[in-house]
Amino acid sequence: MGRITLDKVTKSFGETQVIPPLDLTIEDGEFTVFVGPSGCGKSTLLRLIAGLEDITSGQIRIDGNDATNVPPAKRGLAMVFQSYALYPHMSVRKNIAFPLRMAKLDKAAQDAKIEAAAAALNLTDYLDRKPGQLSGGQRQRVAIGRAIVREPSAFLFDEPLSNLDAALRVGMRMEISELHKKLATTMVYVTHDQVEAMTMADKIVVLRAGHIEQVGSPLELYKAPRNLFVAGFIGSPKMNLIDGPEAAKHDAHTIGVRPEHIAVSASEGIWSGKVGVTEHLGSDTFLHVHGTGLGEMITVRAGGEVDFKYGDTIYLTPRADVIHRFGTDGLRIA
Amino acid sequence: MARSVNTQRKALNTAVAWAIGLLIFFPILWTILTSFKTEGQAISDPPVLFMFDWTLENYSVVLERSNYARFLWNSIFIAVGSTILGIIIAVPAAWSMAFVPSHRTKDILLWMLSTKMLPAVGVLYPIYLLFIKMGILDSRVGLVIVLMLINLPIIIWMLYTYFKEIPGEILEAARMDGASLKEEVLYVLTPMAIPGIASTVLLNIILAWNEAFWTLNLTAAKAAPLTAFIASYSSPEGLFFAKLSAASTMAIAPILILGWFSQKQLVRGLTFGAVK
Repeated sequence: MGRITLDKVTKSFGETQVIPPLDLTIEDGEFTVFVGPSGCGKSTLLRLIAGLEDITSGQIRIDGNDATNVPPAKRGLAMVFQSYALYPHMSVRKNIAFPLRMAKLDKAAQDAKIEAAAAALNLTDYLDRKPGQLSGGQRQRVAIGRAIVREPSAFLFDEPLSNLDAALRVGMRMEISELHKKLATTMVYVTHDQVEAMTMADKIVVLRAGHIEQVGSPLELYKAPRNLFVAGFIGSPKMNLIDGPEAAKHDAHTIGVRPEHIAVSASEGIWSGKVGVTEHLGSDTFLHVHGTGLGEMITVRAGGEVDFKYGDTIYLTPRADVIHRFGTDGLRIA
Repeated sequence: MARSVNTQRKALNTAVAWAIGLLIFFPILWTILTSFKTEGQAISDPPVLFMFDWTLENYSVVLERSNYARFLWNSIFIAVGSTILGIIIAVPAAWSMAFVPSHRTKDILLWMLSTKMLPAVGVLYPIYLLFIKMGILDSRVGLVIVLMLINLPIIIWMLYTYFKEIPGEILEAARMDGASLKEEVLYVLTPMAIPGIASTVLLNIILAWNEAFWTLNLTAAKAAPLTAFIASYSSPEGLFFAKLSAASTMAIAPILILGWFSQKQLVRGLTFGAVK
């Protein structure tokens, strides 16, 4: 079981309030991702749940029990840190055994759990090495192994992939998702990378300046962002946000059009402009179009085959059924 | 071309380093050489460097006249005792300053260091009176306490610097893994800080061993360490340089040997944190 409830939780450092009153429920078995720009309080929120920071007011409940004043070790949670935080003087085996040793488990039971975790994480051949002799990905797996053997009610991940290179990150992303499916344990995952959030989450919590901007499944956030911030944050490339007369035509202060929802043509369309930089990804082409009169630049995601040159005139047509409308307060107009 | 310039420069650097090293070591070398001369040769003008009649007479006179073993034991007891006591007090102090600092932590560290700037003689009188009142004048326990207090700022500073190098996340990981504060310090912090603690211990044993002001002023016969043993050979009725040198050599030999075998550790300790 691992249902985590935050009830009017606040956190202040001295005079500065970094988390204003916040309510959130993380359901048992759910993969929840906290996402937001750096400094939005997502790591602080995770540390509050972990018990590594004390909350200023409010209540944290784990499986219905008040955990507000329970020390980290007694909360039944396991954490994987950005820096891996392995014990450098201990072998991989001893690192994974540490939480079991602290729990005073007998040697045979320890060994069985270590072997099982090592097998699951492909670490069997490395059990006698020190963390310094491992690659980044292996270190991260040891950190995960150390978390798994505790059989926690929930896993907390604090930007676990940000120290890895791009290729490894994609692989580890899959491994963590796989692990979640296998264990069906609650996972709370912090990242600033919206791609990680979209690909891994059951539920995304978008944070800005300690506030929750929106909570929902990846597709809910993609299809119906609640405000301009979420609209701009979720989706890659970013949604085009257009103010002025064009927005007024749709009875809105701002309209949002995703790059993938714009059709391109060399001859006809609603908007016209000049092609700037084009980025060919093979499967897709990102076109940056200037001089449309709609704002600085419109980004378009076209097929891999399109062939526009720098300076070409291009015509754009947004798909009318997926235009997002926002009012003067920045909130979505239904 | 570039390579030969490089080699020349390296040779020059080595030569200069040796010259400076010898210059610094010369007084010690001279003391050791003098300890093997007769009193006459010791003050001969011009001085003789190696060409003299080597004799062990000074050592036998010194050993006969004073109880070297007792001075040695006092030195060991005082140096090791004050260092161990200091470490026991400094580890929790440095832990709290490194990992749960307040906004006054830097001030406290500077204040502690400022006590080292105070001329010791300025507090000799009050400390002397305190020692008399407490009945610990000329006692090893008294010296252990006073030398521990004198070196405590350095011990805390050194440990603080080492502890600062240990990432806080590792200690937090230990906390998440269920370690109590005691287990965290015992199984995670201390093993990671062992090299730092070892250099701190070594340096402080050396500092305490060489400390002369308090050991000379607060002892008479019972608790006198090797510093007092040397001082007893500079007498008003005339200087006996050869015997003084023999006494000095015997006093510095143990710490010189300790320093020689641990020089790698000491250098690492003293430059720790300077280069990342």
